[in-house]
Amino acid sequence: MLNLKIYFRLIVLLLFPVILHAADGRLLYEENCAVCHGNNGAGGVGIPLSNQQFLQQSPDEYLRRSIRHGRPGRIMPAFASLSEAEVDAIVGFIRAWGKALPAQWDDTPIQADSVRGKRIFTEYCVACHGQQAHGGKGTGLRFSRARDLPVIAPSLSNPGFLASVSDLMLKRIILQGRKNTPMQPASILGLTDMDVKDIVSYLRGLQQPLFSNISDVAEPAMLIYDSPYDFDTTLNNIKRAAEGINFRLIRTQAVNAGFVDKEDESQQQQVVYFCNFNFLYEALALDPRVGVFLPCRITVVEQAGQVQVMSVNPKRLSVLFNNEQLDTACDEMTELYRSIMEEATL
Amino acid sequence: MRNVTSLQLLFISLLLLPVVSQAVVTDELIMIRSQQDFPTTMVNLQDAIKVQGYQVSRVQRVDVGLSKSGFKTDRYRLVFFGKGSEIEFLRKKYPSLIPYLPLKIVIFAEGEETLLVTLNPKQLMQMYSEPSLQPIFVRWQQDVINIMRVVRVAD
Repeated sequence: MLNLKIYFRLIVLLLFPVILHAADGRLLYEENCAVCHGNNGAGGVGIPLSNQQFLQQSPDEYLRRSIRHGRPGRIMPAFASLSEAEVDAIVGFIRAWGKALPAQWDDTPIQADSVRGKRIFTEYCVACHGQQAHGGKGTGLRFSRARDLPVIAPSLSNPGFLASVSDLMLKRIILQGRKNTPMQPASILGLTDMDVKDIVSYLRGLQQPLFSNISDVAEPAMLIYDSPYDFDTTLNNIKRAAEGINFRLIRTQAVNAGFVDKEDESQQQQVVYFCNFNFLYEALALDPRVGVFLPCRITVVEQAGQVQVMSVNPKRLSVLFNNEQLDTACDEMTELYRSIMEEATL
Repeated sequence: MRNVTSLQLLFISLLLLPVVSQAVVTDELIMIRSQQDFPTTMVNLQDAIKVQGYQVSRVQRVDVGLSKSGFKTDRYRLVFFGKGSEIEFLRKKYPSLIPYLPLKIVIFAEGEETLLVTLNPKQLMQMYSEPSLQPIFVRWQQDVINIMRVVRVAD
């Protein structure tokens, strides 16, 4: 009984800071948002939230929905586990960066000519926002682009964005543009109020249900091939096959190199590192987090007389990043790995 | 007795709560931002790895390779780490795990700040079903979160 009381007291003591913490927008922001949007909201991987025009154009409801829905297919996750109070606390913290009052939320739909809107969008918006309004390339991280631009043009067809934004907010953004970004006010582009309504109508027509492509996949975690050759022959075959498709060999080293003395390194478990820097740069530009399974490497292992070659399966790992462009690159990478390993073991 | 056991579990969970909440931890990835610049954060990271009982086996300078190939890039490196005895045990007993060994944290500059990201070791639980590996993956997850927390609060 005494133990029970002690545990209850300790639990209450432990819960106390957690309860207090739940209401602290700054802490919640730092823990959930700052890693992408920056500690001061200046942006980075994520868009600059402290941009004054963004704050003025974005009602609280838009921010709330954006946190809830995330941006499926992009780097922004859906924060489904946050409570309403926690989301409100984060929105309140972000809002404090604003110097002017935000626009009011109005969910009234705009009825206009979406066919005409598509034509106008194609003429004026596609250069930045891409075909089908899929947005600029990459996540927006400075690594992948010139530093003179604060944002990558967002995906306007993203189901998370369209589930968060209202028609009137979209119209307002197009009419006003966004200062300190390449987004010009519609009037400077020579667009009328009706033109803008038509664009909004076109964009709304692109809306799809919210989804997430992060799911169980049938793909194996590893690619493994048995080799009919001895260890050294297989190792050389891997190197030759990688070079044969324009990869540059970086090095070959034992699996346990760096952990044991040189003389104790495993001679029958060797890793071949190789790279195609064009491919690497493209992948990092799409999402710099892909380094978690780069650079390219294939391991040659001999165990009980059987030689095998193995690697991670990029196709399996790409789902972790929830990015369609990256899925395509990872599919290609998986095929390259397969072709190298098949050629080495045929 | 059963009640006390449940309370013990709850107690342990609550003890871990503040630790877990120091980094953005999704099922897929663990990511933090350090307000320190890249060189300082790199030192902090390697120190934190050692304090957690791991050994840095290698730092891969991806940015150097990219720059030599003519690409403009910020600093971008991979820090490989593990426990020597554990690597030895795993590579011998579970060679199919080798493609995911050793553990790795990606560290890259974003202006004057630094981002760190790693695969959540919990992902490996779905990929390798051997029961004896599961406690190792759970411990790796907690250790990686601790390392990231130390780097983040080193500001």
